[in-house]
Amino acid sequence: MASPDKDPSSLSEIELTRLEHSLRKPRTLLSGFLTLVTTVLTFTALVPLFSVVFMLFYRGGSTMFEFSGYPWEWVRWSLFYELPPAAFDDGGGFGNALVGTLIMVAIAALISVPFGIMASIFLAELGAQSKTASVVRFCAKVLSGFPSILAGVFAYGAVVLVTGKFSAYAGGVALSILMLPVVMLTSEEAIRMVPSRMKEASIGMGATQTQTMWYVTLPTALPGIITGVMLAVARAAGETAPLLFTALFSNYWSMSTWSPTSLELNEPTASMAVLIYNFSSSFVDNQKEMAWSASLVLVLVVLMTNLIGKSLSSSGPKR
Amino acid sequence: MIDNQPANDTVIECDVKELYYGNFKAVRDTHVPIKQGQITAFIGPSGCGKSTVLRCLNRMNDLIRGFRFEGHVHFRGQNIYGPTIDPVAVRRHIGMVFQQPNPFAMSIYKNITYGLRINGYRGNYDEVVERALRGAALWDEVKDKLKQSGLSLSGGQQQRLCIARAIAVEPEVLLMDEPCSALDPIATRKIEELMQELKKKYTIAIVTHNMQQAQRVADQTAFLYVDTSEGGRTGYLVEREETKRLFEDPQQEYTRQYIRGEFS
Repeated sequence: MASPDKDPSSLSEIELTRLEHSLRKPRTLLSGFLTLVTTVLTFTALVPLFSVVFMLFYRGGSTMFEFSGYPWEWVRWSLFYELPPAAFDDGGGFGNALVGTLIMVAIAALISVPFGIMASIFLAELGAQSKTASVVRFCAKVLSGFPSILAGVFAYGAVVLVTGKFSAYAGGVALSILMLPVVMLTSEEAIRMVPSRMKEASIGMGATQTQTMWYVTLPTALPGIITGVMLAVARAAGETAPLLFTALFSNYWSMSTWSPTSLELNEPTASMAVLIYNFSSSFVDNQKEMAWSASLVLVLVVLMTNLIGKSLSSSGPKR
Repeated sequence: MIDNQPANDTVIECDVKELYYGNFKAVRDTHVPIKQGQITAFIGPSGCGKSTVLRCLNRMNDLIRGFRFEGHVHFRGQNIYGPTIDPVAVRRHIGMVFQQPNPFAMSIYKNITYGLRINGYRGNYDEVVERALRGAALWDEVKDKLKQSGLSLSGGQQQRLCIARAIAVEPEVLLMDEPCSALDPIATRKIEELMQELKKKYTIAIVTHNMQQAQRVADQTAFLYVDTSEGGRTGYLVEREETKRLFEDPQQEYTRQYIRGEFS
């Protein structure tokens, strides 16, 4: 039997006051404190990134930009088409390094993209459950965390020692080792994301497995695959260590005239990353400045590649 | 000799003795003839294996790991599970429409011509596209936007696009696996009307969990039920009859109960 002083309405009032916020409660205090800690730490983690970007724009930008005259004269274009300056020269640029980086990344992509996509087709479709696939997948994950300098040492042994020369080829091989797992794993993921009912529709219409892969699965997965390639390119473009052993550096252009046939890929080749490495420890101010502006350009290139990759992945098929 | 069976209007003779996925026995003792120019419906509760049986008819089950099958499926007298039969060729004669509308992520036009392209068809694609879309009662709605993505259509339109895609290659038989279960009543109605048109040219087998739908569209109905006596859930054929007779005068107790809605 309910006693008169414990009727339901008064009981609910008591419960309600207990539900109210109170700063005196230890768990409210703890919650607020932890929120503060995570927020502060998040911003602290951003400090190095922003300070690097700030320094790049501040130091690199001061060489690259000069805001006088017409707007198209604000950028020091000579940086992009002149050769690196010798120790006490004025001016100069990193034209050959920019070209060299593009060439070597292209070689690396030519090697790693076909291998990576073929392997990802096997991983995602043909042997998805097989022992081979799980071993390969594991190896690819290990390889994606592989110290880049070891890729350089490998390419040194496999290409430089065999051909007896530092070359763009050797640099490309070293970079392709770093690109391969990224291309492979992201492409596998992209192929897996293709709805199985699309594949079923194709098979149900009497398409062979090859036709289904070629006309339905790969086109549908293409945005994801391109994202993977872009991420891999962005990673490879910034690598220094593998190139020190393989492409070395050069103060000259990789081609004698402006035609692809005169490309000298079997010669030591300049790259942005190695140029930065060399010039940043230089004792000459001009070369130091050049390292700064080269860094800025390299970061912008990597950033652009990442943004292109990102925009492609979000423009993919919705379902 | 195989082709000379004048009195026989059966296009597909389906006789599933036992069907396994790995160790799981999914279907047993299901014998259903699919008759020329008619609509044959498979009804029954969820998990009774009606879709599984349907997918046997054009070897879609081959894609599933651990699939094993005893019995035979004769298509115009030929055993499609015979050792010399190419499943790809079978599927070109026996088309399929799936539960979820599944157009490819390409234009409406390319969706329809897909079957032609994979078969290396050389001819007037435009003509085939128009004929297929008219056949699927979709032409008037999409004729001005053939270049748009097939995914931009509504669910019901997507399903009719899938039907158009299937009939573009002129199959003899159309298998439909719950083609209306993802659609609203109006779109369902349209597909049902379409089926009546389609059966003039094609033989149709349809799986549905909707008894009213079977009554509305099907000439023949097969009722499958689940047998749990051996511990697993094994589907089997309870009764197969002309639709009208099956619903008005079911011979089996299970059929009677199912039709009355006493279990589902």
